[in-house]
Amino acid sequence: MSDALFILAQAGQDAAEKFANATYSGLALGAIYALLALGLVLIYKATQVLNFAHGALAALGAYFAAYLVVTLNFPGRYMGDVPLTLQWILSGLVAVLLMSLIGLIIERIAIRPMVGEPLFAVVMVTIGLDIVLRSITDDYIGNDPRPLGSPWGSEVVELGPGIIAQAEIATIVVAVLSLIGIALFFRTRIGVAMQATAFDQEAAMAQGISAGRIFSLAWVIGAGLAAIGGIFSSLFPRSVGVSSATAFFAFRALPAIVIGGLDSIAGAVAGGFIVGLAEVYAGAYLSGDTFSFLGVGFSGIWPYIVMLGVLLVRPYGLFGTEEIRRV
Amino acid sequence: MRGRPLLYVSYESEMALVPTWSKRLMVALLMIVLVLIPLRAVPVLGFLGDADWMRILSEVMIFAIGALGLHILSGLTGQVSLGHAFFLGVGAYTAAVLGGSGGTATIGLGLPIWIWLPAAGLVPALIGALVAPTAVRVRGIYLAIVTLGLVFIGEWLFINLTDITGGSQSGRRFPGLEFRWWKEEEPVIDFAADGVWFGIELLGEAKTYLFLVAMVAVMSIVTKNIQRTRSGRAFMSIRDRDIAAEVMGVPEARYKLISFAISSFYAGIAGALLGAFVSRLIPESFSLFLSVEFLAILLIGGVGTVTGTLLGSVFVVVLPRLVQDFTDLLAETADTGTGVTASIANVFVSTSADDFGLVSTLAGNSPGLNVSQLNLVLYGLLLIIFLIFEPLGLYGIWLRIRNYWKGWPFTY
Repeated sequence: MSDALFILAQAGQDAAEKFANATYSGLALGAIYALLALGLVLIYKATQVLNFAHGALAALGAYFAAYLVVTLNFPGRYMGDVPLTLQWILSGLVAVLLMSLIGLIIERIAIRPMVGEPLFAVVMVTIGLDIVLRSITDDYIGNDPRPLGSPWGSEVVELGPGIIAQAEIATIVVAVLSLIGIALFFRTRIGVAMQATAFDQEAAMAQGISAGRIFSLAWVIGAGLAAIGGIFSSLFPRSVGVSSATAFFAFRALPAIVIGGLDSIAGAVAGGFIVGLAEVYAGAYLSGDTFSFLGVGFSGIWPYIVMLGVLLVRPYGLFGTEEIRRV
Repeated sequence: MRGRPLLYVSYESEMALVPTWSKRLMVALLMIVLVLIPLRAVPVLGFLGDADWMRILSEVMIFAIGALGLHILSGLTGQVSLGHAFFLGVGAYTAAVLGGSGGTATIGLGLPIWIWLPAAGLVPALIGALVAPTAVRVRGIYLAIVTLGLVFIGEWLFINLTDITGGSQSGRRFPGLEFRWWKEEEPVIDFAADGVWFGIELLGEAKTYLFLVAMVAVMSIVTKNIQRTRSGRAFMSIRDRDIAAEVMGVPEARYKLISFAISSFYAGIAGALLGAFVSRLIPESFSLFLSVEFLAILLIGGVGTVTGTLLGSVFVVVLPRLVQDFTDLLAETADTGTGVTASIANVFVSTSADDFGLVSTLAGNSPGLNVSQLNLVLYGLLLIIFLIFEPLGLYGIWLRIRNYWKGWPFTY
């Protein structure tokens, strides 16, 4: 009798541990998706462009970080006795700033001339950008994943019933900090100007807001967020380093923004966490012999199935505003 | 009417398939050239009769069929679909199941081409009609993402349905391009083997090419005719202003569904022919990139025109080969040439490990892009450049040339 009870208790504990592990992992993955989705929505709201090159920007950002940390040790080499974690964070920041600069250049060269063109055409421009950037990034990365040399390595800590990787904690912390940063940004003068431009471009311009500068700013922030997402998606539990697969993370952030609604910042964050948790739970629970009919790679397409379900009920996502159509 | 090509005196002549005599002449000339190419009877273009160029031109024809399908959905109805590759895959695997030879690992019924080719169009059309109700509910960018989901879900299906597709990284064999009356008979016409047609010796590649040219001709005429009918006009009205079309009494949902079905039909035929042409495909071939390639054909050629779609297919499929040839030429010049040309070539191409260059002809991991990466980069750049500077694509360039000579020597 006591044996049976012991096994039951054991099973309960195992279940709790499995659930906790999946939840931690899902939250960390969701944080990455939220970062990517936030960048996508920011760009979409400000410029009405859905950036299909987001994955390429993320991969390039992660590559910059890997190059700065592992190959150059910049700016750490000039600092002497600064702790390793801080050096790594500084290198990451430099990579993010570099990506922001590239975002600015991309906006000026490829996106600005397309203002006023049909959506289809602008989306295809970003797909073209994706092809170009990704080919070049893949060439620089090479055949093997490049490690980012993060200070957290593959360390894990116990938290409640389960375990969580230190890098995952860092991911969640950075994501939350970025989200708070964006929320605070929207309270500044420029942030309000960006909201105004997103709401009505012409009215904003009549108030003396430079729409062009807002466009650039949206791409700068979006590309920076993409780089942060790319860097953290290349850390320990997800992968050994930045590789050609890093770019595909952003394609799984697309369901996140559709679930949340394309023009909703809060929706993007919520969608990101929904997709991250859904993906990890599907990977953890829809496995084994019972679900072998689902085959390989099901957790990767699960977000899209969730997205289709949401769209059937609400064609503009959970938080999106319904488009008013006029003749 | 000879000197006034834009003057139409009857509705019939305005709606004609080829309304002006100059267009009639051009189409006739084009058809003659296309047929004469495999006979090497065309001056200058004789090299196109070689086996490898025949294969490239055959691929052009297959892509043209798929692109015509996307032209109907995206060019005429204005529904941007990233899911075209999925329908190509469905068509290809329908053909493989019906026409392919069965093995221990894969299903194949071995039926003849007159069953599997139409079925490869009809099954995707049916699936397209099933998917359409979901797709019709969303518009614009939401539709692009929904169809993107379709590609990913399709890829997962293709990888996991190993009985049908042969599974990841191994793939399966597709039925050959040969005409038989029934299963085990000797083929009446084998499009892939060398042989004599009408007393002329032809390569197998040339026969495949001629068969595909005929297919494209039929498909183009059908597309042109769809454009001229009630449905075609309904498609275009939905593209131009969906809500205005609805107000005028065009049932939007129904015509979007029809458009999806027709487009999927074309895609399925193209997929089946692609499978039969390359004979072995892995499930990963039907990826997002294939969809993007079709959209690129449309955009580079010119959205909304059959001529542009055909031009775009030629451009997109032939470009990689040209880049390859050009890179080889540069490498050769850099290695063996002398003087200015050699040093210019040297800047662009690196032929040894310590050599700096934009393109590298070395195998493996080396500085500089390799040729396939260069292809991708050029391809993406061309897409961007065309969209920014020539939104009407190759067709727009042709229009400008034509209008210049029409008014020559005046500039207006």
